[in-house]
Amino acid sequence: MHELSIVSSVVDNVIETLEKYPGARVTEVRLKVGALAAVIEDSLQFCYGIATEGTPLEGSRLVVNIVPVTVHCEACGADGPIESLQSFRCPGCGEPAADVRHGRELEIEAIEIEDPEEVKP
Amino acid sequence: MTTRIVELRQGILKKNDELARGLRSRFETAGVLVLNLVSSPGTGKTAFLERTLREVLAHGGRAAALVGDLETDNDARRLAASGAPVRQINTHGICHLEAEMVSKHLEAWEGVELGQLDYLFIENVGNLVCPSSYDLGERIRVALLSVTEGEDKPLKYPTLFNSADAAVITKMDIAAAVEFDREAAHRNIREIRPDIRIFETSAKTGAGMDGWLEYLAREGRRCQV
Repeated sequence: MHELSIVSSVVDNVIETLEKYPGARVTEVRLKVGALAAVIEDSLQFCYGIATEGTPLEGSRLVVNIVPVTVHCEACGADGPIESLQSFRCPGCGEPAADVRHGRELEIEAIEIEDPEEVKP
Repeated sequence: MTTRIVELRQGILKKNDELARGLRSRFETAGVLVLNLVSSPGTGKTAFLERTLREVLAHGGRAAALVGDLETDNDARRLAASGAPVRQINTHGICHLEAEMVSKHLEAWEGVELGQLDYLFIENVGNLVCPSSYDLGERIRVALLSVTEGEDKPLKYPTLFNSADAAVITKMDIAAAVEFDREAAHRNIREIRPDIRIFETSAKTGAGMDGWLEYLAREGRRCQV
């Protein structure tokens, strides 16, 4: 259950970004979470409400995009998604594949904000 | 009022990752091999580490250990009996170690200089989920699994076993009594991490420790520049 630590880091990172946009309110936060990141979306959503209370993120939506696990196969050279998290094998030739290319992501992709007024050039 | 999208594309655990990178380069400069030991509570990390420290010291190696627990310094006191310098990290409720904790404790650790060590062992909090997300700057991550836990544990916790460089099966002295299926355990570990090194050990009898110590010595030499 480290989702609360993760969500707290998200809130800190977003507040840091907001320094460049004074007065802005956050309406959406988009995360990219690898299927291998050991993070549960429901727990993230649950913690998000608590962690954003009293911050400029309060009331915003949390969108979690799950990234499937893909491997590179040493045997046949193919790249592709594994069939299940219980078997790290090449989807093409079935050989064991240790080289994980995607699926460990834990990133803030983007935020959607509302500026109080047009930024004057 | 205008709405707009600000692209961030930044790691959520950026702060931890940056600190871990800093630690890793300090460890490399000091020529010390750092290992992060992860398992469920009760696998026998402390008993295994106790035996490892004693044997490393007996062979003339220089080793120290940081040990993480939510509360108490029981493990640190147990490990200190080996003669190696040991320091307890209490996380007070946090279910994993973070790079910042390691960094702070290294600063405050009087009498221990990284440059004077061959090995630094970090015993993580007993947990098979959360420690996998937090890089501590280690060179080798070791996942431990005892013969009493069920051979399918790697399949249940793929994230941790996939992130490990070595797997240690502990309590082999009671394997027969609990009808441990060693082939299934090996197969399941390799299904999750095909190129992993597997060691079968008993901290009680010392069986299998030789192979593990040889591995440490070999990896240790690679760290010395």
